[in-house]
Amino acid sequence: MQNLLEIRNVSKAFPGVKALDDVSVSVRAGTIHSLMGENGAGKSTLMKCLFGIYSADSGEFVLEGKKVSFVNSKQALEHGVSMVHQELNQVHTRSVMENIWLGRFPSGLLGIDHGKMYRDTLAIFKDLNIAVDPRAVISTLSVSQRQMVEIAKAVSHDSKILVFDEPTSSLSDVEVEHLFRIIFSLRDRGCGIIYISHKMNEILKISDDVTVLRDGRHVATTPAAELTIDTIITQMVGRELSNVYPPKANVPGDVLLKVEGLTATYRNLRDVSFELRKGEILGVAGLMGAGRTEMLESLFGLATVKSGKIFKGGAEIHNTGPRRAKRNGFAMLTEERRATGIFGVLNIRENTTIANIKKYLVKRLYLSSKSMSDDTVWSIGKFRVKTHSQFAKINTLSGGNQQKVIIGRWVLTNPDIYLFDEPTRGIDVGAKYEIYQLMIDLAKEGKAIVMVSSELPELLGVCDRILVMSNGRLAGTVDSSAGQEDIMMLAAKYV
Amino acid sequence: MGGIKAVWQRYSELDTKGKMVWWGDFLIKNAIYIIILALVAYVQWFSIANNFTNQFLSLGSMIDIINRASSSMFLALGVGGIIVLTGTDLSAGRIMGLMAVVSASLLQNPVDIFPAKMFPNLDPPPIIMVMILVMMIGGVIGMFNGFFVSTFKLHPFIVTLSTMIILNGVVLWYVRMNGGGPIAGLTPEYGQFVRGTVDLFGTPVPHFVFFAIAATAIMWFVWNKTTLGKNMYAVGANAEAANVSGVSVKATTIMIFGIAGVLYGFSGFVEAARIGSNGPTTGVMAELDAIAACVIGGVSFTGGVGKIRGIVTGVILLQVISVALQWLGVSSDVRLIITGTIILTAVALDMRKYQAKK
Repeated sequence: MQNLLEIRNVSKAFPGVKALDDVSVSVRAGTIHSLMGENGAGKSTLMKCLFGIYSADSGEFVLEGKKVSFVNSKQALEHGVSMVHQELNQVHTRSVMENIWLGRFPSGLLGIDHGKMYRDTLAIFKDLNIAVDPRAVISTLSVSQRQMVEIAKAVSHDSKILVFDEPTSSLSDVEVEHLFRIIFSLRDRGCGIIYISHKMNEILKISDDVTVLRDGRHVATTPAAELTIDTIITQMVGRELSNVYPPKANVPGDVLLKVEGLTATYRNLRDVSFELRKGEILGVAGLMGAGRTEMLESLFGLATVKSGKIFKGGAEIHNTGPRRAKRNGFAMLTEERRATGIFGVLNIRENTTIANIKKYLVKRLYLSSKSMSDDTVWSIGKFRVKTHSQFAKINTLSGGNQQKVIIGRWVLTNPDIYLFDEPTRGIDVGAKYEIYQLMIDLAKEGKAIVMVSSELPELLGVCDRILVMSNGRLAGTVDSSAGQEDIMMLAAKYV
Repeated sequence: MGGIKAVWQRYSELDTKGKMVWWGDFLIKNAIYIIILALVAYVQWFSIANNFTNQFLSLGSMIDIINRASSSMFLALGVGGIIVLTGTDLSAGRIMGLMAVVSASLLQNPVDIFPAKMFPNLDPPPIIMVMILVMMIGGVIGMFNGFFVSTFKLHPFIVTLSTMIILNGVVLWYVRMNGGGPIAGLTPEYGQFVRGTVDLFGTPVPHFVFFAIAATAIMWFVWNKTTLGKNMYAVGANAEAANVSGVSVKATTIMIFGIAGVLYGFSGFVEAARIGSNGPTTGVMAELDAIAACVIGGVSFTGGVGKIRGIVTGVILLQVISVALQWLGVSSDVRLIITGTIILTAVALDMRKYQAKK
């Protein structure tokens, strides 16, 4: 079979870093080729070189036997190479069809032909089995639907090579299945799919070939049939990770938090009751929209609570806002790190000290640079944040390191209860392990942790008990010996 | 000077292409300073070539620049904080103008000396009391702006545009009570308080320069050493994340607008005595100069980025341009055209150093 796309000996250096070192990858027509590697391994850089966002220092890209060198993603698109981005770049306030045909609206004598645009869009949607109204405004769609729109856009360009960058990181299992069906149908038409993901199960399930990169170098390209999760990890990390999860060293103690009939005013959360113990890691499972994030936000005062009671250590508390919640000993790591977690343009010290800023006041008048610096240095050391200085902007760190800085921010406020929403999303294997370890260490000190995650193996590997939510309600509680099937059954209870 | 040595070491190791890139980077990084230096050098050459009695690079013109910069510093310091919060303040000049006419009307000479006194029966209150009064009124107006911005989630542009229009009406109404004439004839004590000089190395330096230095020092402290300052940067960088971290976005916004208002009020108090004769045009468009100074000084409209040092630099550079053009005998209309062009060019070049290289 002919190679649809050949990436030959590509190298790219940034000041002080060799981001890509002589990397070659071949994508065959009608196959799914997965690209794996830890954050910073060079996956994104390689794709950016392909799309002309970066210019490669050396090497070449050959598409269907012809050498190509794109200067921007528009040109790539015109040549049939398209990308479904991790962060969807869409015009939120405009309709689905306008987004798809943006820059090449069909037009006649009377200006833009909206009827043709609608019919063409609908034809593509029918073909791909996508149920979205072409006239709907993008901002009203779910993440999964928006992704479908991006795929339809790629198809409308008659793309031969489609790159998917972490497409499933915010999808529910049902949505993932739908996405895979679409990807398979594209594959069966003879497209070449480049699939970038951190999720090993997915990769093994759908790929034909798997290429692993490490530190900018090509490690191996292997048929997926010959791979196991262990072999991939070994290739990625360059050593064997004996365990994906650290040993559970925490022992749950007395009940610390008691929630009775928690119901939100504006969000889908009804009558949730549970108990949380000291030293316990309590998982929360469920499909997208099951009310997991809503529950954490209601506990932390970010969402308005309609009814229900929260008791901490036997006394009733009212977390009417994040400030009250913080005073009551709560900490919250939000799901959207970039939107609601980090202060991108500020440095690590400012990001670390902000939640605890009053502690650094001297005589209630001015802030002590020294104590802020001491705490930041402590946090960087304790949570092993990889950085050259506490004055580095947090934007320049990888996702895992940003997450560690935010955890450090909350640990400094010395809370009793941590609410973690998808703490390992978009983070590589090594950093994930460190975050699990960190959570277990906190639990060992007697802290109570609630952890929301979409990855069932992770919940089963780290948590002591798991609450399963379904359509805004609590469907049941299982312990860590439960099977994934039991959880899936519960998650579908009220749907 | 180890730093320079290390830079030279690295520079000399570069090849020809690398050296050209280095120079390109250098020019872009220091674009604003290079433009200003070129302007200063040209004006100096011009004054020598034309046998001016005074040269541009002299103590006299330096003092002139510092005096002008000082009088516009207060507004820039106030509006700078609001820009860090991703906002802007169009009402700054009007708050300053209103406070200027209020200060002047309260501190006029008695009727037997100045017959056109606005409140003929009023004995001038203590100067300090007037100063505190206008700072308080300015602060309240600023907090009013901040309240609307934070409570109703309105863009500061819209809120301050509205207050600007309202205050314009208030100023006109206030001046009309005086029969529309300028409010002048200020007490000598008031003039002395603001314009009186202190001899420094044989050069008279007016009091308001020291006020500006003090205001700059206080604002540096607020921005860098207080929880309010740290919260301001956090809210400007990411208001959502600040809220999650337990920072009160509302209180921070209202306080920053309030402090800005206090500075505008004080600026009006200084300006009234500095000009001597005040009317409805006092402070008109002053907010635009202040915003321009902040932008030149690197205070970013995207929020969370900005330094007091930058604002001071911006204010001084703006005055250098203005004084230099006057020196060249450029008429005031052409001066505006050139000033606008220089700001646009300098900021456009300056922005490039913040943009990620792709």
